[in-house]
Amino acid sequence: MTKGNGSLCLTSLSKRYGAFTAVDNVNLQIEKGEFLTLLGPSGSGKTTLLMMIAGFQDISEGDILLGGVSIAQTPAEKRNFGMVFQGYALFPHMSVHDNIAYPLSVRRRPKAEIDARVAEMLDLVRLNGFAKRLPKELSGGQQQRVALARALCFAPPVLLLDEPLGALDKKLRVEVQAQLKEIHRRVGTTFVYVTHDQEEALSMSDRIVIMQNGRIEQVGTPADLYQNPKTAFAASFLGKSNFLHRDDAVFALRPEKIDLSPEGQGMGANKVSGVVLSVTYFGAVLKYQVEVPGMDPIEVDVDAWRSGQALPQGARVDLTWADSAAVRLLDQSL
Amino acid sequence: MRLPLKSGWLLVLPFLLLVGGLFLGPILNVLWISVTEPAPGFGNYAQLGSSDTLRRILWTTLRVCVMCTAFSVILGYSIAYAMVHATGPAQSRMLGLLLISFWISVLVRTFSWLMLLGRNGVVNSTLDALGIISAPIPFMRNELGVLIGMVHYMVPYAVLPIFAAMQSIDGRVVQASRSLGGSGAQTFWRIYLPMTKPGVVAASLVVFIINLGFYVIPAVLGGGKVLMVAEYISVQVLITLQWGTAAMLAAILLFGVLALMFLMSRFMKLSTVFGGART
Repeated sequence: MTKGNGSLCLTSLSKRYGAFTAVDNVNLQIEKGEFLTLLGPSGSGKTTLLMMIAGFQDISEGDILLGGVSIAQTPAEKRNFGMVFQGYALFPHMSVHDNIAYPLSVRRRPKAEIDARVAEMLDLVRLNGFAKRLPKELSGGQQQRVALARALCFAPPVLLLDEPLGALDKKLRVEVQAQLKEIHRRVGTTFVYVTHDQEEALSMSDRIVIMQNGRIEQVGTPADLYQNPKTAFAASFLGKSNFLHRDDAVFALRPEKIDLSPEGQGMGANKVSGVVLSVTYFGAVLKYQVEVPGMDPIEVDVDAWRSGQALPQGARVDLTWADSAAVRLLDQSL
Repeated sequence: MRLPLKSGWLLVLPFLLLVGGLFLGPILNVLWISVTEPAPGFGNYAQLGSSDTLRRILWTTLRVCVMCTAFSVILGYSIAYAMVHATGPAQSRMLGLLLISFWISVLVRTFSWLMLLGRNGVVNSTLDALGIISAPIPFMRNELGVLIGMVHYMVPYAVLPIFAAMQSIDGRVVQASRSLGGSGAQTFWRIYLPMTKPGVVAASLVVFIINLGFYVIPAVLGGGKVLMVAEYISVQVLITLQWGTAAMLAAILLFGVLALMFLMSRFMKLSTVFGGART
């Protein structure tokens, strides 16, 4: 149901404010129908990049191509990109129906077509029966779905989402994440999704772009990024990591890839010994902090059910891990 | 300790006495005069049907007030729009200029217009010196002059409520309209203007109500040619001493304003118009 080619190509894209560079030489190919997430801390340039794609920010350098055609000079309303804003930005004086119908009604489509399409969208986001309500009469999650329906109503080739789940509570978020992914699968539109929430990025994306200081730090599938981070920033922003210094190189080691056993019982290619600094129970996992001489405290996650009784603080332990568990980073030092 | 209701009333009693004695009393007195002078009954009100002069004055007042309200609100809307979209320091400067014109006495402003736009005023003499006109443009002693003076006085009253309404708009709503394909004009007419409607209604109401009772500007800039209700009342009270007619006209103004506010309250909560919290 998507029209047009939804592949986006960003070439050498930069945005400067005087001496400050918000987006720095970004090159990125976004495939048609892909769910791509821009992930980074606040100030990493992810939202600025999204606003440049949307057409709300001028481009200092570089180009944006949609299906091979430059849209850098096209005003926002001519780009035909749907957008879901942080805080939803619903039109407060219009009913749910009129909000969703807006993109079609500004395109002067016949009323019958609009009504049919709005009904279809209400169905998609499961808000049948809410057409006559005003936005303020809806819950946050419902408003979020109206914003999504409104942005998808005109079958845009690309949908841009700026932290759309930021205002929802944790439980609702997980639910909406699943719905979003399902909707993405059904409509086949290219999704470009901005978030600072790593779990959101991991659970929904086809590919994740990790950004820092206006630059792309690393691009890859969730599994690829998690298993093979290239930099210390990528390793620590997406999940947790211990950093080990060996032979002038830095390695990242995920807490759950380390085996912990009482002293003298550890077996593995790599082994260090230490003392338990603290242990915290999280239900599914036990999180240990282990003091190893000559190293930063090492964090170890242990399956709470399989490991049985937790080892007490002060216990002497062996830490072991396979060679493949430690990932060599490009950073020379930390 | 919480005060019981009775002593609460006691605390506001002085204020109630003040309002009752100095405000409500005289108003009731005016209403009373309007049905008792010169003879008991509704004779004064019957004049509205018989007197062409009275009807003409009321019609002039209404016409000038409506035009002034329209011009003030349109001008005020443009100024408020420019202010909302100006950056910090520029916005403060604009607000400062607006407030300065707000604070200058209406007399000073009215006589300034007389100096500027009179037969031998700055504007006419300049145009004459440049050879653009052969005879002075009649700005004063007509409705045009009254309108210029009144609009100039009322614009700040129009700007402030509209400015407040515009400030409360989330810029992302406007961006949302653009991203969904709305052109600049469509975004303005379908999103921006409806969202600033409470401010526009408040501004219109305030400007129109103040306009109804205008005295100095029509008297000075109209030069006796543009007779509006307030000036006519003062003539009746001070010169011809027909207090009954004056009181009747004052009552008409009062009921007019009340009716207007009632009408507005049917459309929207008045508390929002006057800056109360929105619910």
